[in-house]
Amino acid sequence: MLETVFFYAFAALTLAGAILTVTMRSAVHCAIALISSLAGVAGLYLLQHAEFLFAVQIVLYIGGVMVLFLFVIMLVNLDAAARERQFHRHWLAALACLAGTGALVALFLTRGAESFKLGAPAAEAAPGAGNIETLSMLLFREYLVPFELASLLLLVAIVGGVMMAKKRI
Amino acid sequence: MPVNFMPTPQELFRFAPEMLLTLVATIIMVLEPLSGADGKRKFAVISFLSLAAAIALSVAAAGDPGAAFSSMIVVDGFSTFFRILVMVAGVLTILISTNYLRMEEHESGEYYALVLFSIVGQCIMVSANELIMLFIGLECSSIASYVLAGFLRDDKRNNESALKYFLLGSFATAFLLYGVAWIYGTTGYTNLSEIRRVLLDPNSNQNMVVISAATALMFVGFAFKVSAAPFQMWAPDVYQGAPAPVTAFMSVGPKAAAFAMFLRVLMTAFEPVKDRWEPLLWTSALATMVIGNFAALRQTNIKRLLAYSSIAHAGYIMVALTAHSDIGTAAAMFYLASYTFMNIGAFAVVTYIARKGERHVEIQDLAGLSQRRPVVAAMLTIFLLSLTGIPLTAGFFGKFYIFKAALDANMVWLAVLGMLNSAVAAYYYLRLIVVMYMQAPSDEMEELPAPSVGIQAAMFAAAAATVFLGVFPSVVLDYAGKSASFIR
Repeated sequence: MLETVFFYAFAALTLAGAILTVTMRSAVHCAIALISSLAGVAGLYLLQHAEFLFAVQIVLYIGGVMVLFLFVIMLVNLDAAARERQFHRHWLAALACLAGTGALVALFLTRGAESFKLGAPAAEAAPGAGNIETLSMLLFREYLVPFELASLLLLVAIVGGVMMAKKRI
Repeated sequence: MPVNFMPTPQELFRFAPEMLLTLVATIIMVLEPLSGADGKRKFAVISFLSLAAAIALSVAAAGDPGAAFSSMIVVDGFSTFFRILVMVAGVLTILISTNYLRMEEHESGEYYALVLFSIVGQCIMVSANELIMLFIGLECSSIASYVLAGFLRDDKRNNESALKYFLLGSFATAFLLYGVAWIYGTTGYTNLSEIRRVLLDPNSNQNMVVISAATALMFVGFAFKVSAAPFQMWAPDVYQGAPAPVTAFMSVGPKAAAFAMFLRVLMTAFEPVKDRWEPLLWTSALATMVIGNFAALRQTNIKRLLAYSSIAHAGYIMVALTAHSDIGTAAAMFYLASYTFMNIGAFAVVTYIARKGERHVEIQDLAGLSQRRPVVAAMLTIFLLSLTGIPLTAGFFGKFYIFKAALDANMVWLAVLGMLNSAVAAYYYLRLIVVMYMQAPSDEMEELPAPSVGIQAAMFAAAAATVFLGVFPSVVLDYAGKSASFIR
């Protein structure tokens, strides 16, 4: 029961933060709204007993990525952008799209409502071993190659970022 | 379940081409700051040689097929075919890039490193047997392409192209990833063979609504990467804005790899639910052909015209995918091979015609090319005839096998509409040939210097391959037919 209450609280936090992120005018406010949305997701992870993801979400996303965001916002002059007239003037089209998508989702939910259940977890947690230990076993044994290749992906992204940002190398 | 921690030499050997290319790309970046402004040509040579070595390694690895690293990747005939195809596309791209970059005063090692990284990503995409690997490969290839599209940073068109590609591309990948998450949520697996096993298992009692929704989400990501309707909007702007050699690369390498993973996911994992995705593919294939061909009719910019033509060709390949049979897979493989050569060839000519700053990319700039540069005009004619699908060129057999596969799968209407579409396409391809041969060059046209050695080599190699595949299609087709059954 208490879990359900917490679930709805965190879900509301996530959604409200996400909506505020795209509707606020000031970039700093957007970033702070995004932080609350990410915190909501972290709470949802905790409810699912994914302690590792919870910690990663807080440390990496809220702690690392968002602080970087705020730094960038500080360095880049966004006041001019905030004063500009914004683009979203197509209220009718947006409402029509929203209604159409909503109708599709509603149809989808009503037709498949009775069979919404998820498959069994791929790896059963060993007795006594926590979620983190299971995860590390998977990550550094079976999924070692994707793990290493992710570093290649980051390298490409860094090279790309430098290439795009520098005037002359 | 005991999983071996240390990779065996056999596994490393199967993954050797990717490792070699990663290593060389990293070395290039280390050497880049140490070399002077005139010493950049050596990076092209290094990349060229490493790609040749990687092709040799792929061929060698094909002699010992099988899975590697807990079935993360699988080396079979199918992946070998596409590995070699994307590497050959890379070799041809490097040949047409060197002179272009020197002309634009942007020759640097990073360009070649990014091309190699992109190819590594594509190789991972085509040999991945796991949705996570597939995603990482796709992102590697895409991020490198985004940067390449905006490589000439001072050029406004390049910036626009890179930004559009990046924003839309990230959005599409998010859809793909969301689909992967749903699949994992409902089946409990990300391995393609395991997903197939779960879907075929009558006791698993899978929820078809969730599976179909997940397939649809993944379809959005794939359709974007192959520029299939209704997710083709980015292609004309990005292709037009990017540097011509990069456009050549983007229109073949990432596209072939995306089709390879599309095929593998559909045929391996989602084959049991084919009734669900077949209508989706049918519609998308038809829309892609129609939009690509009819929009191309009105274009005056050659790069934009070829962009729409590349959308139309994606539509033809989608027809082969819709057939979901071994013949269909083989036809798609053959078509992608011939498309690679004819498209890179056409873009090699465009790169040559465009000259510094890409000021000459209108159709009228081709006027009288047959008198000014008869050999180049003849080469471009071969590529355009092949893109049209005239016999004795690769394009003819490509289309022939695709429509045959469609007929075998009882999709008569799709085949008929596809053939009508290729008749429409003849108009805009032949118009280029008419301008080249029938119109006199105008007087104010500048002198057209002789093509560089790299462009010549790429042009002749692509033309030779186009004609070879058109006269002896069975060489490639037999191999494709044999390896098509691997992904079932």
